[in-house]
Amino acid sequence: MISRPTIVAALAAAALALPIASLGQAPTTPISIGFVYVSPVGDAGWTSQHDRARKKMEAALAGKVTTHYVENVAEGPDAERVIREMAASGDKLIFTTSFGYMNPTLKVAQQFPNVKFEHATGYKTAPNMGTYNARFYEGRYLAGIVAGRMTKSNVAGYVAAFPIPEVVMGINAFTRGMRSVNPKAEVKVVWTSSWYDPGKERQAAETLVSQGADVLTHHTDSTAVVQAAEAKHVYAVAYHSDMAKYGPHAQLTAVTHVWDQYYIRVVKTVLDGTWKPDHVWGGLKEGMIEMAPFGAMVQKPVQDEMKKAEAAMIAGTLHPFDAPVKDNAGKLRLASGTLSDDALNKMDYYVEGVQGKLPSAK
Amino acid sequence: MAPFRLEARNAPSSLAKWLAPPLAAIAMVACGFVLFAVLGKDPVAALHAFFVAPVATRYGIGELLLKASPLALIATGLAIGYRANVWNIGAEGQLAVGAIAAGGVALALDASGPLVVLPLMFVAGALAGALWAAIPAWLRTRCNANEILTSLMLVYIATLLLSYMVHGPWRDPEGFNFPQSRMFAASALLPVIVEGTRLNAGTLVTLAVVAAAWLFVARTLVGFEMRVAGLAPGAAQYAGVSPAKVVWIGMLCGGACAGVAGVNEIAGPIGQLLPSVSPGYGFAAIIVAFVGRLHPAGIVVASLLMSLLYLGGEAAQVALALPSSITGLFQGTLLLFLLAADVLIHYRVRIGARTAMATP
Amino acid sequence: MIDTLVGIVALTLAAGTPLVIAALGELVVERSGVLNLGVEGMMLIGAVAGFIVTVHTHMPWLGVAAAIVAGAAMALVFAIVAVSLQANQVASGLALSLLGIGLSAFVGQPYVAAVVDPIKAINWPPLSSLPVLGPLLFAYNPLVYVSVALAAGVHLFLLHSRAGLVLRAVGESPRSAHAIGYRVLAIRYAAVLFGGACAGLAGAYLSLAFTPLWSEGMTSGRGWIALALVVFATWRPYRVLLGAWLFGAVTLAQFQVQAAGIEIAPQLLAMLPYAATIVVLAWMSRDAAAIRRHSPASLGKPFHPQR
Repeated sequence: MISRPTIVAALAAAALALPIASLGQAPTTPISIGFVYVSPVGDAGWTSQHDRARKKMEAALAGKVTTHYVENVAEGPDAERVIREMAASGDKLIFTTSFGYMNPTLKVAQQFPNVKFEHATGYKTAPNMGTYNARFYEGRYLAGIVAGRMTKSNVAGYVAAFPIPEVVMGINAFTRGMRSVNPKAEVKVVWTSSWYDPGKERQAAETLVSQGADVLTHHTDSTAVVQAAEAKHVYAVAYHSDMAKYGPHAQLTAVTHVWDQYYIRVVKTVLDGTWKPDHVWGGLKEGMIEMAPFGAMVQKPVQDEMKKAEAAMIAGTLHPFDAPVKDNAGKLRLASGTLSDDALNKMDYYVEGVQGKLPSAK
Repeated sequence: MAPFRLEARNAPSSLAKWLAPPLAAIAMVACGFVLFAVLGKDPVAALHAFFVAPVATRYGIGELLLKASPLALIATGLAIGYRANVWNIGAEGQLAVGAIAAGGVALALDASGPLVVLPLMFVAGALAGALWAAIPAWLRTRCNANEILTSLMLVYIATLLLSYMVHGPWRDPEGFNFPQSRMFAASALLPVIVEGTRLNAGTLVTLAVVAAAWLFVARTLVGFEMRVAGLAPGAAQYAGVSPAKVVWIGMLCGGACAGVAGVNEIAGPIGQLLPSVSPGYGFAAIIVAFVGRLHPAGIVVASLLMSLLYLGGEAAQVALALPSSITGLFQGTLLLFLLAADVLIHYRVRIGARTAMATP
Repeated sequence: MIDTLVGIVALTLAAGTPLVIAALGELVVERSGVLNLGVEGMMLIGAVAGFIVTVHTHMPWLGVAAAIVAGAAMALVFAIVAVSLQANQVASGLALSLLGIGLSAFVGQPYVAAVVDPIKAINWPPLSSLPVLGPLLFAYNPLVYVSVALAAGVHLFLLHSRAGLVLRAVGESPRSAHAIGYRVLAIRYAAVLFGGACAGLAGAYLSLAFTPLWSEGMTSGRGWIALALVVFATWRPYRVLLGAWLFGAVTLAQFQVQAAGIEIAPQLLAMLPYAATIVVLAWMSRDAAAIRRHSPASLGKPFHPQR
């Protein structure tokens, strides 16, 4: 199991290794690394986790890299210009951290063959462009276990932005996690049609509470859902980052994004010349997601149950989408084995236990 | 009350008209100088990075024009209405609907040649933008509904409609359910006109529309009627100019131009439909229209200035590690200075106490 | 069932409050003949100022006061440019919004990770715990009551006070008001500052009460909706309340429909509040004479005593 202490140890080791490694070589000028963010950095959401990792990576590889970022870059023509300007101004490695940057990144990658590009969450690659993403659904499943044990009404509320595969996967994994320990559990989903609108997220959360949900989780960018749970005296599972300070009595745990390990690893391969375009999809095992510390209300047996599942997932003996996988219309989607990565990425149905119908399903 | 006071000039000062923009620019640069110094940045280097570096290369100039193009195009259309007191502030939505319509044409027909697809896209985009603007026009002329409100509400509806289309019916079947259409084929893309930049034929469309708008306003009877309706509504009505006609023309021109801007974006630098096809051009263009004093030539200059501020904001983040909010800060300050400086056109500023006989 | 309904009403009022406060402020501004489109920017400045002061002092009500002052200070910038220097009001307001959005993000950056003690809903034990009436009447955030009181106050001021009459006269015909001897510019300054103070207060409600956090652009366009509501209300204060609550209720309805499992694309549902606003406005505006009677005749036109 990978926990925070291991990460810290790894970081410390990386930091210690640096001076030793650099003894043998002539001092070189640090390479410049650019990051493109889709929203302002903020404190709790998708971009803030990337920026946290950027800072940790820069600290871990101090002297060898300099980093900089451009935030709030709209997906579209602006993205291509920003990425291109970074490449033209001498960045050797550029991380583009939103799905909508895929085509612009690819275009610029073709114009700058000597610059390396790493695009988050996409599917197109090039000789100098790799992609990376994390199996957030693994954490969702674990969070579901805790939620399934803690709910009294057997209804969980899920505030989500848009029905893209990433989000659908999370809803389904969370539901399966809940029902693995509590077969009566149901999940209600409310879409806000906006990644970031604290007021709307709050309204959606309170609506779910008024319809019986006593555990909330979210796939939106603010802390509003956790705060709503705190105010309404229900539980919450935070997403993206640990939001315990926004809901000390509400947060059971959080599915947190941890990119630092990955960033350090990738930058090192660029530094030593072994970088290759890859299609990385890491999870708990690779340390790309972590569960935040449990809230005080989570009893020891529940903690142990989740930790056991976490260990099994890391060991490869448990997968959130092990057969049978049934959708919520009763159709059997997988009779044996485990859903493939391809099937996960194309998931366009709700699993058994989610109420309603997936909006974009044809 | 104030330490200064204003005296009306007998006639607008043409000297002040030319002097106001540079004065405002100087004031803004001075503000920037102070701000950068307070933030601990070298002000000269910072100003250079903000205002000069982004356009120091051919590519940079291409980007300047590329980003100015939709602003100028939309502002030109809006200005026709604004001159006649028709307040269309929903260009952002009209742009989105133009993009949806043109995108639909591209997705359906881009297997045929560019000479078929591109003109059809422009027609569809202009019609759709005009149609979206026709809703507030109709509500205004039939129900007296204020067009500021209705056109603004329609922005939200249009962007949600676009979001719906790319999340649902028009989602790329090969795209792992991600919310975007497939890339258009080359025949639905505007050709690049300057090698090594992203400047495409859409900019020529913008120039043509701006020129046509100038001819329309300055040389046609309808254009004249529109201006009169704005300056003296009573007189215009007396002279037989129908107020409804003024509203319709004002709204439709703005909508069509915004729709064409949407086509330029998706057939130009984007090349597909995304959940959002404009980073707020429709709203920024309102400011461009006023800073350009509702005149086509002024609008072109204002759009270049606005575009430079966007590019400078990005450059400042890279070169100076400043947050993206610096763009808004500069744009807001510059525009307020510019608007304030316009006072010199109609008034003399006298500093100090009121002297006797100051009133005419 | 009744509890769900009460919950819906309570949440509608809670969500509508920032719209009510900001729109009432703008209503007074527009009644004086000035159009300030900078509400979104002033709201954000209020939100960030209130938040920063509360972080440092742990006194949310001091934060509210700071938000009011900060909103008014932003409005002063607008007043100087658009009232004194007579710049175009539409453009000045938009520029003010840009400035407010940028400035709030800029000064608020060190505070995005901060947590404040929010302004809590009132709890008057015997009253608040009544079965239905408790949550329906006696368990709101104090600022919700403030918003309703503000609507009553603005109504009384505009329609039943001498000062309100003068303000409306300035909005209708600044030239005549000037001729009678009223100081048009001073009155417009006061109205604009009041509007800014209200926008600041509305921002503070968001950052200190409804969603107690600070993050760039956290108002998410509520300033623009508030502007629209003024027109929607045809410049009448009590209609602002109705409009804001209607808008809040329709916004909430889309979530209720979804949570109940009814299948409609969420984007189409999200259009509802905007579509409803258009339809209701069109329906209310049919009587052209009434519209003309209620909209300030000099709205958006600068005034200079000498011209």
